Amino acid sequence: MDIEIKPSERMAIRASRELQNREVVFVGIGLPNLACNLARATHAPELYMIYESGTIGTLPARLPVSIGDPTLVTDSLAIVSQADIFQSYLQGGLIEVGFLGGAQLDRYGNINTTVIGDYDNPKIRLPGSGGACEIATHSQRVLLMMRMSPKSFVEKCDFVTSPGSRMASSRPSRYLGKTRSELGLPGGGPTKAITDLGVLEVIDGELTLTEVYEGVTIDQVKQNCGWDIRIATNLSVTPDPDPKLVALLRTKIDPENLYL
Amino acid sequence: MRKPKLNPDKLVSMREAIQENVKPGSELYLEGFTHLISFAAAHEIIRQGIRDLTAVRLTPDLVYDQLIEAGLVKKLVFSWAGNPGVGSLHALRRRSQKDSASKIELEEYSHFGMVARTLAGSAGLPFWTLKNFEGTHIEEANPKIKSVICPYTGQRFATVPAVNPDVAIIHVQRADKEGNSQVWGLMGTQKEVAFASKRVIIVAEEIVDTSVIRSDPNRTLIPGILVDHVVHEPWGCHPSYAQGYYDRDNDFYVKWEEISRDPKTYQDYLNEFVFGVKDRQAYLQKAGSGLIDRLRAKPRKCEGVDYGY
Repeated sequence: MDIEIKPSERMAIRASRELQNREVVFVGIGLPNLACNLARATHAPELYMIYESGTIGTLPARLPVSIGDPTLVTDSLAIVSQADIFQSYLQGGLIEVGFLGGAQLDRYGNINTTVIGDYDNPKIRLPGSGGACEIATHSQRVLLMMRMSPKSFVEKCDFVTSPGSRMASSRPSRYLGKTRSELGLPGGGPTKAITDLGVLEVIDGELTLTEVYEGVTIDQVKQNCGWDIRIATNLSVTPDPDPKLVALLRTKIDPENLYL
Repeated sequence: MRKPKLNPDKLVSMREAIQENVKPGSELYLEGFTHLISFAAAHEIIRQGIRDLTAVRLTPDLVYDQLIEAGLVKKLVFSWAGNPGVGSLHALRRRSQKDSASKIELEEYSHFGMVARTLAGSAGLPFWTLKNFEGTHIEEANPKIKSVICPYTGQRFATVPAVNPDVAIIHVQRADKEGNSQVWGLMGTQKEVAFASKRVIIVAEEIVDTSVIRSDPNRTLIPGILVDHVVHEPWGCHPSYAQGYYDRDNDFYVKWEEISRDPKTYQDYLNEFVFGVKDRQAYLQKAGSGLIDRLRAKPRKCEGVDYGY
């Protein structure tokens, strides 16, 4: 087996460790999908996976390319309408863990998946919210998964699609500066960001570097972050993942290399 | 007040159904969240060249991107515009950025916002409330998102306006000729959209006798009294899928990124697989029997239940 561990593999493995057995998790597309299915194949066999397409207690037999893949339906505990998913499961407060990522992230965990540049005249038109805004609003906690770069870990987002711990942006808004409790947001908001260089935790409302992967320097993290990032005093070094987990990811979870 | 549609035989061809119900300037809601997306209907709309559409659905998907590339969409109402798990919708991207030669109008919500619009529309209410959008720019970017104060708690809630499309197109696994429709697997917002829309076209994998529908009434998602026309169109969803009939053509969705990135290859595709065929059967013939062999669902039957008393 190739000894070189890819950043995506490191992220999926590290994120899977955040999930407890039997937790109710709202599974997103891409890397969160891998992290959840890896957790289910290892330490959390009864992870309760909900997909926004309407599948409850999902047991996919293959890695779904889309969150609406037919493999999510077969063997699930229930299939519900999207009205039920968003109103009763998510707004109703049942989701313990949500996953999010995006094109831009700031220190408060605000996420932009809508536009780069001006909204009416964007440099890049991104997909938009999908379910992200409501996942960020209602999940009891949110795990962020994104690769670090100065372009994606930004001082200020061009547009806030999904709320973090405190509203901030380069675009005007009557919500600027307001915290989640001031905004009356029901969910707990982002707690951690799992990146390709290490892990950031939300401490006093701000994403703070608490873990670096083996071989990664603090300078590397700083160079890849667009804001002056806080470093935890008790910063820890995360050892390389167990080669067995890497092999499991490559041969069983994502054998067709869809996301890795 | 709505008039129930009681005609016992509504079966027509796809061509007739589109001609009869989709008009220039129509607000169109072609439903299906990943599952049961009627590409057959969209391709017929493209062949008929019905313009100035307001195209509404949560995920425009490849299906609306093709309508956009064909120049038929005036306005897109949506909540997530991408090729799921793969990449971008390139026809939309080419018409929505700073450097775009011409742009289409966009009206943007989140998924929950769009779902709430269908709930209001189906319930005959002018708006729906949801706890959402605070601390984001979504409501400020879309003036149709407003708010209301709860008369019981004094809490503020976001509101979205009802959507009442001119025409809904909904693909189902089976229906009778009156349009009583049964769906299993992902249900998206099919039911809400059917109730919200002024006209409804049901497209079915199979047309069955009403006795089949009556044997399993809990499976009926859409009652025939809402339905204007029924079209029999097996394999009408490809590259989308129909649970129990055929798999999602994930390879096609992946390949689409390359086809759609370049306007030339995009047009070549439309010329060959949309304009170059007269209907869905011809599309399937062109795609070849390999497609059907590759995607036909392996059976996975459930036991059913006892409705006796």
